Amino acid sequence: MRHILSILLENEAGALSRVVGLFSARAYNIDSLTVSTTEDPTLSRMTIVTHGSDEVIEQITKQLNKLIEVVKVIDLNESDHIEREMMLIKVRATGKDREEMKRMADIFRGRIIDVTEKTYTIELTGTSDKLNAFIEAIDRSVILETVRTGASGIGRGERILKI
Amino acid sequence: MQISGAEIVVRSLQEEGVEFVFGYPGGAVLEIYDAIFRQQEFKHVLVRHEQAAVHAADAYSRSSDKVGVALVTSGPGATNAVTGIATAYMDSIPMVVISGQVPTPAIGLDAFQEVDMVGITRPCVKHNFLVKDINELAATIKKAFYIAKTGRPGPVVVDVPKDVTQAKAEFHYPESVSIRSYVPVTRGHPGQIKKAVNLLAEAKRPYIYVGGGAVQGDAAAEVTELVKMLGVPCTNTLMGLGAYPGQDQQFLGMLGMHGTYEANMAMQYCDVLIAVGARFDDRVISIPSHFLSQPKKIVHIDVDPSSIAKRVKVDVPIVGDVKHVLRDMIDLFKQTGLKTNEQHLNNWWKQIEEWRSYNSLLYTPSTELIKPQYVVQKLYEITGGDAIITSDVGQHQMWAAQYYPFKRPKQWLNSGGLGTMGFGLPAAIGAQLANPDAQVACITGEGSIQMNIQELSTAKQYHTPVKVIALNNRYLGMVRQWQEFFYGTRYSESYMDALPDFVKIAEAYGHVGFKVENPADVEPVLRETFSPALKERLVFLDFRTDQSENVFPMIQNGKGLDQMDLPPHMRELQIAPFENNRDYGNMC
Ligand SMILES: Cc1cc2nc3c(=O)[nH]c(=O)nc-3n(C[C@H](O)[C@H](O)[C@H](O)COP(=O)(O)OP(=O)(O)OC[C@H]3O[C@@H](n4cnc5c(N)ncnc54)[C@H](O)[C@@H]3O)c2cc1C
Ligand SMILES: Cc1ncc(C[n+]2csc(CCOP(=O)(O)OP(=O)(O)O)c2C)c(N)n1
Ligand SMILES: [Mg+2]
Repeated sequence: MRHILSILLENEAGALSRVVGLFSARAYNIDSLTVSTTEDPTLSRMTIVTHGSDEVIEQITKQLNKLIEVVKVIDLNESDHIEREMMLIKVRATGKDREEMKRMADIFRGRIIDVTEKTYTIELTGTSDKLNAFIEAIDRSVILETVRTGASGIGRGERILKI
Repeated sequence: MQISGAEIVVRSLQEEGVEFVFGYPGGAVLEIYDAIFRQQEFKHVLVRHEQAAVHAADAYSRSSDKVGVALVTSGPGATNAVTGIATAYMDSIPMVVISGQVPTPAIGLDAFQEVDMVGITRPCVKHNFLVKDINELAATIKKAFYIAKTGRPGPVVVDVPKDVTQAKAEFHYPESVSIRSYVPVTRGHPGQIKKAVNLLAEAKRPYIYVGGGAVQGDAAAEVTELVKMLGVPCTNTLMGLGAYPGQDQQFLGMLGMHGTYEANMAMQYCDVLIAVGARFDDRVISIPSHFLSQPKKIVHIDVDPSSIAKRVKVDVPIVGDVKHVLRDMIDLFKQTGLKTNEQHLNNWWKQIEEWRSYNSLLYTPSTELIKPQYVVQKLYEITGGDAIITSDVGQHQMWAAQYYPFKRPKQWLNSGGLGTMGFGLPAAIGAQLANPDAQVACITGEGSIQMNIQELSTAKQYHTPVKVIALNNRYLGMVRQWQEFFYGTRYSESYMDALPDFVKIAEAYGHVGFKVENPADVEPVLRETFSPALKERLVFLDFRTDQSENVFPMIQNGKGLDQMDLPPHMRELQIAPFENNRDYGNMC
C-alpha cells in the first residue's frame, strides 16, 4: 500500500544522504521525496511517498527513527491528512489546441504562468492523482516537458509534527 | 590557551579515559601522531594492517566495559579499516574510529589519498561525522563515545581533515551530551513486562533464548537469576555464549545452524519463548514460517525497536535495556508470587532430557587422527574453562562454540554477523591488552590465520602472550563441508595448497611454535603451552587435524529447526516426533 511518511530531521549536511542510503541499502521503495528547511532553521522536514506491506512500512519507520539525525517520523496515512504536489508542465499550444489547453487548465484550476507563441507553461497543484489525471486528460503529443515536486503532506486539524 | 586540533583529539581521548589507541600512521594523521608522541596518558599500539587495528579495538571493547579506539589515516588507511568497522557494526560493538581526511579545501578534488570515508562507512556505522570546524571537534568526539556505547551499541567514525588538526582553538571537553534526536530507551513498559510474566507463569513449555544483547548489556547475572528462579531451560546464540553458564544443567547449548539437537528442538516446540537481546537471525531460526508453524507466544526484549518484528512477528514486544527489563521481571515474579507450573515444567524437562540423551555433540574419537573437537575439549580442560577465547570464521569457530562451554560473558569473542576471517589474532591482542592477567587463546584455521598473520609482529612488540590454536585441516573447511554436502564433493578452490611452515613463521616473528600431528601429543603440548615456562610467550600450535571432519548438527538452508542433519551416530535412531501432551510416565 502507498504510504506518506513525514519526517522531521536535523538540518545537517549528510542527513539527507543517510535517509536515501537507508532506502537503497534495505531495498525499500521511494516513489517521491521532498525536503526543505522549516521555520526553525535547525530542522528540515521531509515527505517520502513509499509503498510496501504493513511489515515493511513498520520497518521503514523504525529504521528511520533509528537514524541519529531523525527527530520524528509519522505515517500520515494513520489519520486524516492533506497531500499536495505541484507540477509545471510545458505544452504545445498552437491553432485550435491553444484554446482547448486554456480550457483544460481552467478545469483543473491550473494557472498559465508563461506564454510564447507556440507554448504554454501551466502550474498545477493538487494531489498526485489529480496531476496524473491532468496528464491523462490532455493529448500526450502536446506535452513538451513536465516537472513535479513530489508530494508534501501535513496532518489535518490539530495533528502537528513538532519537537 | 589555544591548542591544535590534533592536541584536541588527544586530550579528548584522555578525557574519555582511553588506555589504548590501535592505529597506523599516514600523511593525514601526522599531526595527531605528533601530539600522541608528546603525551603519556594512553598507549598507542602500532598494528601491521589497519583492519587489525579495528579488530583489536573491537575486541578490546568486547572483552571489557570500555570503548575501543582505532586511528587510521585517510584513503587506503580508511578503506582498510572498513571490514573491521562492518564487523563491529554487525555484532553491535561500541567503538570509535578516528580517520584522517585530506584538508577541507581539497575535499572533493580527488586529492591524494582522498576517499569519502563518511560515505563509504555510512551503511556500516551506528553514526559518523566529518568534522569541518575545529570548534566542534571536542564536542563531536564526546558525542561519538556517547552514541557508540548507549542504546544499541555500535561503531562511530569521526573523520578529521588535516587542516582541522592543524588549526588552533580553546579546548573545552563537554561534561555531558544530550542529542534531541537520540534518546535511547532503558526501562521497559510495565504493562508489557506484566504480560511477559503472566505468559511465563501459564506456559507449558517455556524457553529463554539469550543473545549478544545480554552480553553487551551486562545482564548475565539477571539472565541467570531469572532462569534459575523459574527452573526453565535456556539457550544462547553464538553471540550470547557466556551470558548463561555453559556447564549448567538448565543450559541446552547453543542453538541455530550448528546448535545442539535439544536447543533447536526446544526452540521449535516451546510454547512461550522469551527472546532476550537476540535478533532471530537467519542462522538461528532458519525460515520464519517453519519456525512459526508450531504455535508459540513470543516475548521479545530488545533495546532497538527495529530488531523487533523484523523477521518474526511477536506477541509481546518490550523495548528496553535487557538488564532493566529482566530486573523488573524478576521483581514482579517476587512481588506477585507467580511461579511457573511445576507439572508442565516436569513434562517439558522430560522431553528435553530425552532430546539431550542423544548427545548430538558426540564425535568418533581417533588414535590416528587429531579430532578438532578433541583439541577444543582439551583446551577447555587445561585452561580450566577460564580462558578468553577469540576465533576466526569456519568450522573451527563452530567447534570452539560447541566444545568450550563458556562460563561468563565477554569470554568468547568472535565475528558472528559479518563472519570475518582474520578477526581472531588481532582480537586476541586487543583482548589481552584489556585483560593483562587473563589467558587468551585464538582458535583459528590455517585459512583464517593467514588473513591477518602479520599481527604476530604486533604481538611481539607489545608482549601479548596469546596462544594461537590452529586447527589446521588443510582446507577452507567450512567451504569444503558445503561442497561435500551440496556440490557433489567438487572441492572447488577450497584446498589450502602450499601452506607455510607455521612453526617457522612463529619463530621468525620471535615466538614459539609447535606442530602437532599425533593425538597422543595434543594434551602434553597444550599443557606445555599453558605452563608457567611459556606464560610470557606467544605460542603458535599447528594441529594437523582430521581433514574430513564436519560440523554437526547442521541445519541446511531452507530447512527448519527440527530438520537438522544429524551426526552419524544419531542417523539410525528412531526418534519419536514431538507430541503435544505426551505422557512421559516415569522415564528419565
Ligand atoms: C560460520 C557461522 C556460523 C554461524 N552459526 C550460528 C549458529 O549455529 N547459531 C547462532 O546462534 N549463530 C550462528 N552464527 C552467527 C549469526 O550469524 C548471528 O551473528 C548471531 O546468531 C546473532 O546473534 P544474536 O541474535 O544474539 O544477535 P546480536 O547480533 O548479538 O544482536 C544483539 C541484539 O541485542 C540487542 N541489544 C544490544 N544491546 C542490548 C541491550 N543492552 N538491551 C537490549 N537489547 C540489546 C541488539 O539491538 C540486537 O538486536 C554463525 C555465524 C557464522 C559466521
Ligand atoms: C574474509 C572472508 N572471506 C571468505 C569467507 C568465507 N568463508 C567462510 S569459512 C571459510 C573457510 C575458513 O577456512 P579456515 O580458516 O581454514 O577454517 P576451517 O573452516 O577449515 O576450520 C571461508 C572461506 C569469510 N567468512 N570471510
Ligand atoms: Mg581450515
